[in-house]
Amino acid sequence: MSKKKYVGLLTAVPVASLLLLTTSCKTVKEYQKNKLNDAEMTLGNRSIEKTELSFQGYREGASGANAGKTGGGCGCN
Amino acid sequence: MKRIFLTAAGLMALLHSFSQKVPDSSIVPSRKLTIDEVNIVSSYYSQNGNNAAVTGGIGSEKLTDIATVFDIKLTRYDKKLRKHSFTGELGIDHYTSASSDKIDLKANSSASHADNRIYPSLGWTIENEKKGHSFGLGVSASTEFDYKSFGGNIHFSKKTNNRNGEFTAKFQAYLDKVSLILPVELRPGGEREHEHYPTSSRNTFSGSVSYSQIINERLQVMFLADVVQQQGYLSLPFHRVYFADGSVHQEALPDSRFKLPLGFRANYFLGDRFIVKTYYRFYTDSWGIKSHTADIEVPVKLTPFLSVSPFYRFYSQTAMKYFAPYQQHTASNQYYTSNYDYAKFNSSFFGAGLRLAPPGGVFGAAHFQSIELRYGHYAKTVSLQSNIVSLHLKFK
Repeated sequence: MSKKKYVGLLTAVPVASLLLLTTSCKTVKEYQKNKLNDAEMTLGNRSIEKTELSFQGYREGASGANAGKTGGGCGCN
Repeated sequence: MKRIFLTAAGLMALLHSFSQKVPDSSIVPSRKLTIDEVNIVSSYYSQNGNNAAVTGGIGSEKLTDIATVFDIKLTRYDKKLRKHSFTGELGIDHYTSASSDKIDLKANSSASHADNRIYPSLGWTIENEKKGHSFGLGVSASTEFDYKSFGGNIHFSKKTNNRNGEFTAKFQAYLDKVSLILPVELRPGGEREHEHYPTSSRNTFSGSVSYSQIINERLQVMFLADVVQQQGYLSLPFHRVYFADGSVHQEALPDSRFKLPLGFRANYFLGDRFIVKTYYRFYTDSWGIKSHTADIEVPVKLTPFLSVSPFYRFYSQTAMKYFAPYQQHTASNQYYTSNYDYAKFNSSFFGAGLRLAPPGGVFGAAHFQSIELRYGHYAKTVSLQSNIVSLHLKFK
């Protein structure tokens, strides 16, 4: 697959998924969010995962896209 | 008759007292600066393996790290009822490393076998809850013997009109300095200790966007994308590379790297006791690494206040184009490393967490909101194994 097609596919898949999801979802009122507001339903990283993300950043070539740090601050990648 | 009248009057008074409007702090928020949350996270990490980059892809990777991070969040409302959040964080790591000790191959326990890292940060966010948008700024620093970093960030968030979706954009910059500590045998004159090592710059600029969306009362998803550009000295100066002819060299990597990670999260509340949290990330960079990360965690509520969360993470990456094992590079290579973190490998990370958050506070202490303990075991297909245990105390 050529680089152009590859980048196109990378862009098209998330955009299509986003469109599909946002058009198929329903409006949830504040009083209906008790399950969504549960402390363990949070979409970001939790504080206790801080050191795990740090060592994974050191021990693996990839990093980022986890709403955390994306480089800098230590001698890692 | 008098008794009936008095009883009726008493009931009326009681009902009246219940119907008194109590000032609701959520309607008239405090303009005083108040402590919203305090977190203490402490971790112990231990690893071992046989592919240390300091010794050219062979040798012990034994390392331990004790990390403690303390953070505090303060809030206040201004005259226009905008919420101001101030965050302060201080992290301290103490680590020991068998491979760093081998910067001097003849040393048994040199100055480089252990070090401390201190990393404070400050943040401010202003949020208009009525309009559903927020804006914030932050600064950070990190210092250890051979590495200094200064960072800044700016971020903006906007919720959709129905408050079911949120778009966030963030820009971060890190301006770092790497001390050029060479392996002892590669130093001019073979000097062991220096008062001041020369430094080189490493700058990182990243832009992040994310969009979260509530699908229904039980399901929410998030899309994440970063673009990261690094410039400057991106090798580590004390990493050795042994060529096929037996000669030893310093690791050499290009002075520019572009990274593109794309992520997706979906969390689903199944029934009344189970939460299914999933995460997937695709990553590619200009050094030839491509990787996939898949993560699943299933918190199970044993009671409304006690949960256990088993998790499993699978990671797979291709090798960086400048990587080769011990004694496989040749003089014809412009760039070279024998750092196995850039080799082709798969890894598994699994474990479980235990979280206790009783309504009256942990151990009956009203402000001690929750306590969480988490253990994980990590194993790469290239010999490295590690264990981590973390403890999180939350006060509100």
